Amino acid sequence: MWLAIFEQPAAGDLGSPGPLRQMIVDELTKTMHEILRSFARFLPRVAVMLVIVLVGWLIAFLLKSILRSLLRLARFDRLAENAGAAQVLKKLALPSATELLSRFVFWIAWLGFILVGVSVLEIVGLQEHIAGFFAFLPRIFAGMFLFFIGMLAASFFSRAALLAAVNADLPSPRLIGSTIRTVITILAACMAFEELGLAEHTVLVAFAIVFGSLMLGLALAFGLGGRDLARRFLERRFAHERKEEREDELSPL
Amino acid sequence: MPEGSILSDDFLRELINVGEVDILVGLPTYNDAKTVAQVVQAIRAGLLNYFPRQRAAIINVDGGSRDASQDLVRAASISDLQHLSNIHALRTLHCISTRYEGGPASGTALRTVLSAAELLRAKVCAVFSADSTNTEPEWINRLLSPVVMDNYDLITPTYRRNKFDGMLVQNLVYPMNRAVYSKRIREPYPTEFAFSGRLGSHFAAQDIWSQDVGKEGAGIYLTIAAITGNFRLGQSFIGTKARVDTGAADLVRAMRQTVGVLFWSLDPNFAVWSSNGASESVPTFGAESDLTLEPLRVNRKRLFQMFALGVAELEPVLKSILEPSTVEELQRAAAVGEESFRYSDELWVRTIYEFAASYHKQVMNRDHIVQALAPLYRGRAFTFLAENRDASAEEVETKVEGLCREFENRKPYLLGMWNERK
Repeated sequence: MWLAIFEQPAAGDLGSPGPLRQMIVDELTKTMHEILRSFARFLPRVAVMLVIVLVGWLIAFLLKSILRSLLRLARFDRLAENAGAAQVLKKLALPSATELLSRFVFWIAWLGFILVGVSVLEIVGLQEHIAGFFAFLPRIFAGMFLFFIGMLAASFFSRAALLAAVNADLPSPRLIGSTIRTVITILAACMAFEELGLAEHTVLVAFAIVFGSLMLGLALAFGLGGRDLARRFLERRFAHERKEEREDELSPL
Repeated sequence: MPEGSILSDDFLRELINVGEVDILVGLPTYNDAKTVAQVVQAIRAGLLNYFPRQRAAIINVDGGSRDASQDLVRAASISDLQHLSNIHALRTLHCISTRYEGGPASGTALRTVLSAAELLRAKVCAVFSADSTNTEPEWINRLLSPVVMDNYDLITPTYRRNKFDGMLVQNLVYPMNRAVYSKRIREPYPTEFAFSGRLGSHFAAQDIWSQDVGKEGAGIYLTIAAITGNFRLGQSFIGTKARVDTGAADLVRAMRQTVGVLFWSLDPNFAVWSSNGASESVPTFGAESDLTLEPLRVNRKRLFQMFALGVAELEPVLKSILEPSTVEELQRAAAVGEESFRYSDELWVRTIYEFAASYHKQVMNRDHIVQALAPLYRGRAFTFLAENRDASAEEVETKVEGLCREFENRKPYLLGMWNERK
């Protein structure tokens, strides 16, 4: 039997294929038909996906333009400058805060549309990831918002501390200002990471260690290392300052 | 203005018992026990002596004193002045004391006085500072007479001062106010002043009371409102101003109350100051300026050190506020050392106008802008002290006049920066 199956047709008998050959041809034809059928079924989805991606690009572009105009009207760049973000962006050779946020929104919006388009293809397993991405989007925005507010607060409080220290004639005003800026920025970054759910515990512990050691270091530096400075400062602050002011008989008003 | 929102029920009851008055004198206090009794006696004597036929009331507005200032006012108001041979009271002189919430705030005190004045339909009002050690009955006459007799709307004082006293007023508040609003008022931030009921009502209706300006800087804004509202202005020489605490007051607070309000006022009054011309003098009763030359103890070295420290430490802040060339000039000036350092009139005026424009453009928190000016003012004060150490009163006056002209000549620079987009 096995011999019959694998039996090759005799020379010159090309018109009568063997059963194996017939089977292979049938299977190939069937497979080809299935592929063609699948492709025919898939093609409209691809077309729909392409349309969604194209429309998405258009909408994302419009969103970007509108947002850019709104941010310019709201003087967002000045806000970013106040927050100290503009200086950071400049150092990193990045575009302005308005441009950066507009581009970010463009890419997020377009990526959203691309993923919606991909979901139309009904590729098994991808749907779940796409849903996960959309669920994660609000957290990204919340994290960014928290960090931006943190930068604003850091800039405001560090400048307030710097000015107060300069006008009170305290030693190292810039150190005081930058310490406050660093602590608030780290706090804001921790809150943003917590919102994103990234390395929550690590970041929190790291912040606690940094903050704790900073305070301890300052206390030690002020109390032990700078004992004389601390004594002089406290004396000047509480004992001699009144005398010094009394010696200054100037009234500004 | 809704009186009910600021006047307590008890105070309102007391005011209703007084009825209508012709003259109302407001006396804001906060821990002024050392001087307030003497001030009340002087005001009473002044009213009884110079305005015996007018119905008058003294309203003490206390910001929460812990040293029995209010009790002293009440005690002083019932002491028997009639026993003095030269004073004859024809009418009852009322004296009421009230306390406002929220801690000491000159603006809240003034607002309370204005509300009381409206309720009592006062034709003329005056406000006196309780921290003066030498208030005299004559001050009442000098401030109130032009309003009562000649229908002036605002009379600000001129004082006999040491040539180095009130340097913030001499170097910034007076020259800039004069340049911008075109009226030569020597004390735009008066602690003693008189005004008509008409101006009082106009000022009470201003939309400032819920803002910081209304709480702390109402004094200078009253002057500005009188100028921009085309009220009849005058000034009257009242004598030496002596305070209990002549020492260095809180400079930043003083700047908030004066410079901050002056900068703030430029926005709502742009139409007025951008179109007016050269400054005009205002009618003055008595001397416009009277400088004394006795030496004062001043730590000039500390002033310079704080200026140099400010320029160095605040570099990023100053770069956001000032033009790069101005920052460079300041840095160069701070680097030359105490002996050869001079903060020229030209650089000072440019600095102030750039600060004003940055305040308008809100390049950062506005209070931070005012605070950042304090170290630079110290540099200017140092220069003023150095340049006028041996100067006579006339020479000091000439220098102040020169600075005023510099402010006036450079006003187009402020306008240019104002309209420029940053």
